Amino acid sequence: MNELWIATLGASAICYLLKILGYSLPESTLNNPRIQRVNTFIPIVLLGALVAVQTLTIDSEVVVDHRLIGVLVAAIALKMRVSFPIMMISAALSSALVYNFV
Amino acid sequence: MGQNSCVSFERRTVLRDSLSVAIPVGSYGAAFGAAAVAGGFSVLQACALSLLLFSGASQFAVVGVMAGGGTPLSAIATGALLGIRNGLYGMRMAPILKLSGIRRFLGAQITIDESTGVALSQESRGEDAMRYGFFATGIGVFIFWNLFTFIGALGANSIGDPSSWGLDAAVPAAFLGLVWPRLVNNKTRIAALLSVLLALSLTPFLGAGLPIIATVLIALVIGWKS
Repeated sequence: MNELWIATLGASAICYLLKILGYSLPESTLNNPRIQRVNTFIPIVLLGALVAVQTLTIDSEVVVDHRLIGVLVAAIALKMRVSFPIMMISAALSSALVYNFV
Repeated sequence: MGQNSCVSFERRTVLRDSLSVAIPVGSYGAAFGAAAVAGGFSVLQACALSLLLFSGASQFAVVGVMAGGGTPLSAIATGALLGIRNGLYGMRMAPILKLSGIRRFLGAQITIDESTGVALSQESRGEDAMRYGFFATGIGVFIFWNLFTFIGALGANSIGDPSSWGLDAAVPAAFLGLVWPRLVNNKTRIAALLSVLLALSLTPFLGAGLPIIATVLIALVIGWKS
């Protein structure tokens, strides 16, 4: 089995376990406000890091290229509260323009 | 009769709320399918992630970490950390849905941001409306998300260089779109900014995927202290 299948099936299994665990534990288990707060920050830091790494790195190097233009356009689109598909298309289009023609 | 039409009217309202979330979110599955294939996953693997994992942020993370050269272990760990919140949603929804047997196993799979969000937004309409909103949204997103994943994956499979179509920028744009609505105050914005700086500064020193996981430290420190 190749690495992509291990990642696909392993992540699927663990994420399903987490979902079903929620239905198996009483609601009070994680009522601790600290745990709740940490949990609201976890998606924020992981997604923030993923934006940075996917925009500005290649392998183990920090690189500035056409992707940054696409992500900046996405940020402007989000600020303007456009719909998700429009945001994605503007990001892809602007990045592709720079990649192909600059 | 009067009672009946009242109930069906309410159902229509809840269904409209559910579909207005399910259709745009589901169509976003095309971006996932395309990103997965651009990141080296096969069409079958992209579809397997949408069917079996079925949680957008975790799916994008698995694809992102693997595409960046990370190990399956860092991909699984990042996906799992992003999947913790679905477990918390389950705890919140369990007393309302009161599912047992096979329904509980199926209900768990569609316990995601959108189904929980729509269900909780129906609180003023009563528990029946919450249950209906949960299932209508969860099943709706499931159908559209999987359909569009397949379309996106096929589409990306038939184009050449992903960069010349902007797909390499669409992936971080997708993450930005996922984090954006969570940046509701200064503390969340600072957390996001710190995670960007930490991930970038660790990139030259740690294997791919690890700088992302390391940012959980920021969540621990800020969440613990505040």
